[in-house]
Amino acid sequence: MCATSTTLPPELEWKLPARGQVGMFALIGAESAIFTIFVVAYLFYIGKSLSGPMPSEVLSPPILYTICLLSSSLTIHLAAKSLRGGKVRSFGAWWLLTIILGAIFLYGTASEWHRLIYKDGLTITTNLFGTTYYSLVGLHGFHVIVGLLALSSVMAFTTFGAVKQEQAERIDVLSLYWHFVDAVWVVVFTVVYLIGR
Amino acid sequence: MSKVVVWICSAAAAFADTAQPLSPTNIFAPASTPARSIFGLSLFVLAVTGAIFLVVFALLLYAVVKFKNEKNDDGSEPPQVYGSNQVELAWTVIPVLIVVALFMATARVIASVQKTVRPDNAIEVVAIGHQFWWEYRYPALGVVTANELHVPVSDDNHPTPTFIQLLSADTDHSFWVPRLAGKTDLIPNHPNSMWIDPHDTGVYLGQCAQYCGTQHAKMLLRVYVQSQDEFDRWIQEQRQTATVGNAVSQGQRIFEMTACINCHTVAGTVANGRFGPDLTHLMSRDTIAAGAAKNTPENLRQWILNPASIKPGSLMPAMQLSGPELDALTAYLETLR
Amino acid sequence: MSTESVAWPNRAAASPSFVDHLHEWVTTVDHKRLGILYIVYALIFLVIGGIEATVMRIQLIRPHNDFVSPQVFNRMFTMHGTTMIFFVVMPVLFGFANYLIPLMIGARDMAFPRLNAFSFWMTAFGGLLLYFSLVGANGLYGAGNAPDVGWFAYAPLTSQTFSVGHSTDFWTLALLVSGFGSIGTAINIIATVLCMRCPGMTLAKMPLFAWLNLIMAGLVILAVSPLTAAQIMLMVDRYLGGHFFDTQAGGSAVVWMHFFWVFGHPEVYVLVLPAFAFASEIIPVFSRKPIFGYPVMVGATIAIGFISMSVWAHHMFTVGMSSAANTFFVISTMAIAVPTGIKIFNWLATMWGGKIEFKTPMLFCIAFLFQFLIAGLTGVMQAAAPFDWQLGSSYFVVAHFHYVIVGGILFCLFGAFYYWFPKMSGKIYSEPLGKLHFWLFIIGFHLTFDFMHIPGLLGMPRRIYTYEPGRGWDTWNLVVTIGVFFQAAGILVFLGNLIWSYFGGEPAGNDPWDAWTLEWSTNSPPPVYNFYTIPSVRSRRPLWDLKHPDDPDWKYE
Repeated sequence: MCATSTTLPPELEWKLPARGQVGMFALIGAESAIFTIFVVAYLFYIGKSLSGPMPSEVLSPPILYTICLLSSSLTIHLAAKSLRGGKVRSFGAWWLLTIILGAIFLYGTASEWHRLIYKDGLTITTNLFGTTYYSLVGLHGFHVIVGLLALSSVMAFTTFGAVKQEQAERIDVLSLYWHFVDAVWVVVFTVVYLIGR
Repeated sequence: MSKVVVWICSAAAAFADTAQPLSPTNIFAPASTPARSIFGLSLFVLAVTGAIFLVVFALLLYAVVKFKNEKNDDGSEPPQVYGSNQVELAWTVIPVLIVVALFMATARVIASVQKTVRPDNAIEVVAIGHQFWWEYRYPALGVVTANELHVPVSDDNHPTPTFIQLLSADTDHSFWVPRLAGKTDLIPNHPNSMWIDPHDTGVYLGQCAQYCGTQHAKMLLRVYVQSQDEFDRWIQEQRQTATVGNAVSQGQRIFEMTACINCHTVAGTVANGRFGPDLTHLMSRDTIAAGAAKNTPENLRQWILNPASIKPGSLMPAMQLSGPELDALTAYLETLR
Repeated sequence: MSTESVAWPNRAAASPSFVDHLHEWVTTVDHKRLGILYIVYALIFLVIGGIEATVMRIQLIRPHNDFVSPQVFNRMFTMHGTTMIFFVVMPVLFGFANYLIPLMIGARDMAFPRLNAFSFWMTAFGGLLLYFSLVGANGLYGAGNAPDVGWFAYAPLTSQTFSVGHSTDFWTLALLVSGFGSIGTAINIIATVLCMRCPGMTLAKMPLFAWLNLIMAGLVILAVSPLTAAQIMLMVDRYLGGHFFDTQAGGSAVVWMHFFWVFGHPEVYVLVLPAFAFASEIIPVFSRKPIFGYPVMVGATIAIGFISMSVWAHHMFTVGMSSAANTFFVISTMAIAVPTGIKIFNWLATMWGGKIEFKTPMLFCIAFLFQFLIAGLTGVMQAAAPFDWQLGSSYFVVAHFHYVIVGGILFCLFGAFYYWFPKMSGKIYSEPLGKLHFWLFIIGFHLTFDFMHIPGLLGMPRRIYTYEPGRGWDTWNLVVTIGVFFQAAGILVFLGNLIWSYFGGEPAGNDPWDAWTLEWSTNSPPPVYNFYTIPSVRSRRPLWDLKHPDDPDWKYE
């Protein structure tokens, strides 16, 4: 069907935002709302546990692992920049480093949990602190796992030579998610290891 | 419309304060200060919303009638009006002013009800909500009872209000006796408080207003407002332990050997269970099962035999007692005045 | 204006079998088909939810009735509320949004067609999960039980202590799963509206339908997520021994209420904004005038979106919050009445000076205006917190929110069905049957929901399976129940009209209503690619510009 009227003057450019970016921002909005509720529950229940180990007794800030995770934001940024510039090998290297840093972070969380459960006797059922701590950190860890799965899939595609400069935009969208996961960790770290202790 | 009906009903009830109310639980027939404050606010709110309704309704009706397309219309389009800044400003400013007025009236009543300080001569009651009955304790007076709350009448010149602390033993409940006050919830681990100062003696009805499980519908409230003398006499009677006969009756023996004492208390005997209502003065109450049935020997017997026949889903188990044992037990309970 | 469709290459010589048809529908990613799937799904659950309501009303027709046991009644009100909100109104609104948004903005499909399909099937699965509880909730042996904790499932009633078995878990999981579907649809709507508009259609030239659904989608993102979080916490409590809402361990039942209503209040705006969208498209066309005050309509909607996130605790006035908290929520709740009221005035002004055609869609929208006015005013009454200490948790509240959802939203939905049925099916519906539906339903609606306010004012709480005689509630409950049967009759006429007209109605043509938005420029039903060429527009009413080249909108906007 032709002629909805009035065609635009040809010199007017019609540019709309990219749907991948908008979609990812919307997803990040939803995820932020979920995390906000868990953070609010954590903050509300600070000091209200009736018994059991208290945060100050058992928590120590995981500085090293935090540095790893936050650095992975830098490495993923460099990876995306490389791909936009057409340097696929460099992209692959930075991407791999991102995955490794993310995996180290996960290992850190796992070892911290291992110590808390077996040495300090803190589980999700122990008290309010246990419930809110494992839920919040666990929810974040779950998002890291999902992110690592996605990043690893892209790594696999890269080794088969399927990732090219034209797909830089999609890599940008995925790295948005990864930056979000890191930003959430900044909040979780502050709430759990700084405020809550 | 319903608003007009509401208006008529409320006006009627308001002017019939001393006459028979439309309903024993009519929110427009207040008999205590909190309910009265709310009633005053409600009249103001109804007046404002009623006026808004009439004006907008009239405009809508007019538009629908006046601008109906004629049958012999020539098919031309009416003037295409896109908006009007002045009109839109006006109908923004006016609602904002109305909201400010409503808000200020409301804020005043919130403060007056919630910030009232408890006077020294107030009666203190602790109400504990259970599935599906009410426990009442008068800590200063040493009384524990269930389901029927007794309070003294309060005179405006020398007020003797009753302050009720609201707790819960299990899940959420809500204390709602419309003629005495707005409802306040009973939430575990979240103590609340409310107060009433009924101006007239009588029985005031209500019921639990927060869904609490299967028998939420039959968790009824009865508040007995008595003269100071009657109230003092009631307190004295409630403080007595159960009148014990010379010999322990067969019924009492059954009571103490069956599981009854696990849940119920009869002061002065071995029965000191806290899960179910205190039965020390069971016969001083008009109803059983939190208002689900009148307190008659037949109902009492039926209740013990099979609670589910009166209140299905009640947490009292059927006691599996046979005829003569049941009769003896009922007779014993009938002595608990 | 050429309306030739491009002939699709013929792959199979024989006509497709039933299995081929089924396969097409199950695997479709076409926004129009998914829209219809959502709508049909919702209509089926509308009937089921209506039956649940009818059972309750029969039980309440007189005091101490024994039509159903208390256990069954408690399951009925839980399932009725959950079904109607999550598996009727939300899906049907998503269905209309999916169908119409791409057509109205001149796009070929939604931004993410596969996400669209995924979201539909998640929502559908959620509904099946909820009803599977009837069979599966008590475990492998014995019949199941539907959840009976009320649609807002207050803690600690939902803990393992008080809700034994799995019925609560089916409720939780069903909403968790359909919540993911809702969030997926919301992401899709936002990306579509922001990224896929045809040339010339700036945000200021978009139909109000697109604006309202955009803001609705934003609310879904911000509001359904807290519910998801709360459901996860409930599952942690029930299955991992957590203590989020465990009052014995120091947890708080009030925290559940806060989290639930942070979802629950914006949710009702999620439900009502698309209804406003319908009214904003239908009223102008049948008044023959553009919508009055488009910029303010957009602004008011954005204001509603923001303010709606700050009013939630007006559902908790009786919970024992401080007077400061109560006062805050009074002002925020009253504040939101202002932009909402403004919209009523804008619709009224749209009709003012117009030439109103009383076709079925317009009848429903006019009734919506009257009824939404009343619903809003009873809302303002409850915003006055002390008044709510009497009105809350009573039948007054039940009457109020049904006035909004049935009298407001459902009436607009009926209007939308009749308005867009010709576009979606290519046929004209029967106007006399449409009017019969309208009159039957409006009589029933007012019998039921006008008089339902009164038992609330006389002290009748909600969620009770029976009541005492002598409270003055009996006659009103009887009248309320009678109204249900008129509404049921109206719905039957409606469904009959849809089906009969689909098979035997007159061909509708592209533009039976002489309307002005882009969906009326293409065929009825639209071809799978929507438009032969992507249109470009210069005003809010591109078809008006075409039909009135001497007096186009873009000269005045």
